[in-house]
Amino acid sequence: MRIPFATAVLLASFMSVFPVRAEGERPLSIATEGASPPWDGTDANGELYGYDVDVGRELCRRINIKCSFVAQDWDGIIPALVVGKFDVIMSGMAITEKRKQSIAFSVPYAGGFNQFVVRKELGLDAGDTKQKVNLSTVGDKERAAIEHVKSTLSGKAIGVLRSSNSEAVLKDLFGDVVTIRSYDSLDNLKLDLAAGRVDGGLADFFTWRDFLETPAGSIAVFFGPELKGGLWGPGVGAGMRKDDTALLAKFNAAIDAAAKDGTLTALSIKWFKTDIAPAIAK
Amino acid sequence: MLDAVAVLSSGVGLTLTLTALSLIAGFLLSVPLAFIRAFARPSLSLAVLGYTYVFRGTPMLVQLFLLYYGLSQIEAVRASVFWVILRDPFWCALLTFSLNSAAHTTEILCRGLQSVPKGLTEAAAALGLKRLQTARLVTFPIAFRISLPAYGNEVVGMIKGSSLASTVTLLEITGMARQMVSATFAPFEIFIVAGAIYLSLTSVTVKAIQFLEGRLSTDGPPGTRRRLRPKPALCEPEITTPTP
Amino acid sequence: MGGFAFQFAAAFVVTLSLALVSGSLGTVFGLLLAVSKSAAAPRLSRVVTAYTTVVRGVPELVIILLIYFGGTTFASMVAGRYVEVNAFTAGVIALSVVFSGYATEVFRGAIAAVPTGQTEAAKSLGLNAWQRWAFIIGPQMLRLALPAYGNLWISLFKDTALVSIVGLTDIMRVAYVGAGSLRAPLTFYLAASALYLTLTTVTLVSIRFAERRYPAFGR
Repeated sequence: MRIPFATAVLLASFMSVFPVRAEGERPLSIATEGASPPWDGTDANGELYGYDVDVGRELCRRINIKCSFVAQDWDGIIPALVVGKFDVIMSGMAITEKRKQSIAFSVPYAGGFNQFVVRKELGLDAGDTKQKVNLSTVGDKERAAIEHVKSTLSGKAIGVLRSSNSEAVLKDLFGDVVTIRSYDSLDNLKLDLAAGRVDGGLADFFTWRDFLETPAGSIAVFFGPELKGGLWGPGVGAGMRKDDTALLAKFNAAIDAAAKDGTLTALSIKWFKTDIAPAIAK
Repeated sequence: MLDAVAVLSSGVGLTLTLTALSLIAGFLLSVPLAFIRAFARPSLSLAVLGYTYVFRGTPMLVQLFLLYYGLSQIEAVRASVFWVILRDPFWCALLTFSLNSAAHTTEILCRGLQSVPKGLTEAAAALGLKRLQTARLVTFPIAFRISLPAYGNEVVGMIKGSSLASTVTLLEITGMARQMVSATFAPFEIFIVAGAIYLSLTSVTVKAIQFLEGRLSTDGPPGTRRRLRPKPALCEPEITTPTP
Repeated sequence: MGGFAFQFAAAFVVTLSLALVSGSLGTVFGLLLAVSKSAAAPRLSRVVTAYTTVVRGVPELVIILLIYFGGTTFASMVAGRYVEVNAFTAGVIALSVVFSGYATEVFRGAIAAVPTGQTEAAKSLGLNAWQRWAFIIGPQMLRLALPAYGNLWISLFKDTALVSIVGLTDIMRVAYVGAGSLRAPLTFYLAASALYLTLTTVTLVSIRFAERRYPAFGR
């Protein structure tokens, strides 16, 4: 009497019914962070918007496939793609060798560059903020600019987005002189920059430009040269799982087409007020 | 896997520091509050209840973000002397954890205080002990012993709760794990290692508390003693979840 | 801010359903595990003990991260085809696991507190195992477990906030996004606190009511 009962109970407890949803006829799911406007942001209604979202919709229209956008925190976005939470990442993600070990990238759908900002009250010598430094091809002039950044920012607390290329660059080039603070989202980094908890930040130029124009952002200024190349890679691409080769080919074709007919340039001007469509467009 | 063990171990120090300091600060704050809660006049007791109720009724993550991002938004806070402390994520997390732990500990100790038999305090008074002496030498030690199992849960809860510090840029065990996941894109192994490290910390803590319970017990060997069952008095039953 | 009011309302429903689903599943598993721990062979009860020790010794946040990221891989492996585990599902699984771990210990303690004389008397009346659990031990045990079980629900409502970290649009997530995009953390996190406090207060009041309505027998 005792044993059948115990067995029944145990059997029942191990029959854990996982409420899962199987993959069927589902629309293509594209993930974006939704916290780095103008690349991608979230409006008061919880809707995602930005360059990534517009380009994504445009590409889906060209491929003729139904798409839906989902928000995903940055630091888990690649693992989540790999395990299949969604199919594509379009979140201002730069194409890098390191990321290519885990996922596949489309051809770039945007260029873009990065820059430091610092709090005004520190009164730091910003140097030439229009100078362009490509970390892949560093000459004497570039080296001097980097040295200037290094000596000026020594001992300062600099915020970056966790798991971003800016974090990698900061660690690589300036890790020995600055204190690195890694944030879950750029929005939170901006809050702390405004509050004075960090002295500065390193991230995408356009993200900063929009922020500096707001009242909260008026306490900060650009600092040092415009940075690109190196660990930032050749540009921003859409990320996909490595075995999704058919999808990748469709995306590449659509991006090429959208770049050639000027759609990307138009969207870029809409969101960034300047043309950062990839060079293949011209 | 070995890499993960090595990297995550470097976060153990910060986890333990945060936990220990929050528990100490929380305990020191909770002792007077518990006496007020248990014995002071209703208006004072209710004021303390208000504090413990809010801190026990909301998620610690919300409290942390409220203190970390919310307070820094107020100009007056940034201009005040407190900003020196609030500016630093470590102190900010420590403050949140301490206030949270104090709220839980206050109610735990309050229940202990109220379960101390009246006869003991009366006996102490009859022996000529002053009120403070009675509290220090009779009421509190007994109350603490009664509260120990529940307080053990709070200690374990704090070790686990310190993982929230990872959300405000601190690199304790979970922070290290999330950092490492974002660099290696191998979440499964790393979070399993993190879980194992926490499990060993909490297991050691549970054993230590059980040992302490045995040492402080006056009712004979552990197996046979009858656990004092605090009667549900005025104090709120603890909202913390029971832990081994 | 107006748009966010609607978002908070929707998120409130998400948080509520997450807690209700996880709590119910967790209760069922907790009951089954507690009964098997009390009735089954020592070796099996050790397995249950190991489960509850691990679940209660690891931070809820780590369990959620593990199930969210590892869940899809694991479920697909078991099912032999791709299986999606979204943030809500991952949250439900993680919180059910946590809830069942604690509930097992609460129910087990309550079962142990039912006097052995009750079982013996039931046996002498000729009741079989199912009948003994359903009519004698069960009702007494549930009443004994009620206060501690109620506390589990309060903790559960607070733990749901952690699922926001893997992207579920619950109360905490709406506050997090709103605080960042409108740069008004104070307003948003205070609003979130108020909503959570409402949920835990309603839970607390319901438990107190239930305790009064169903006090333990013989007290």
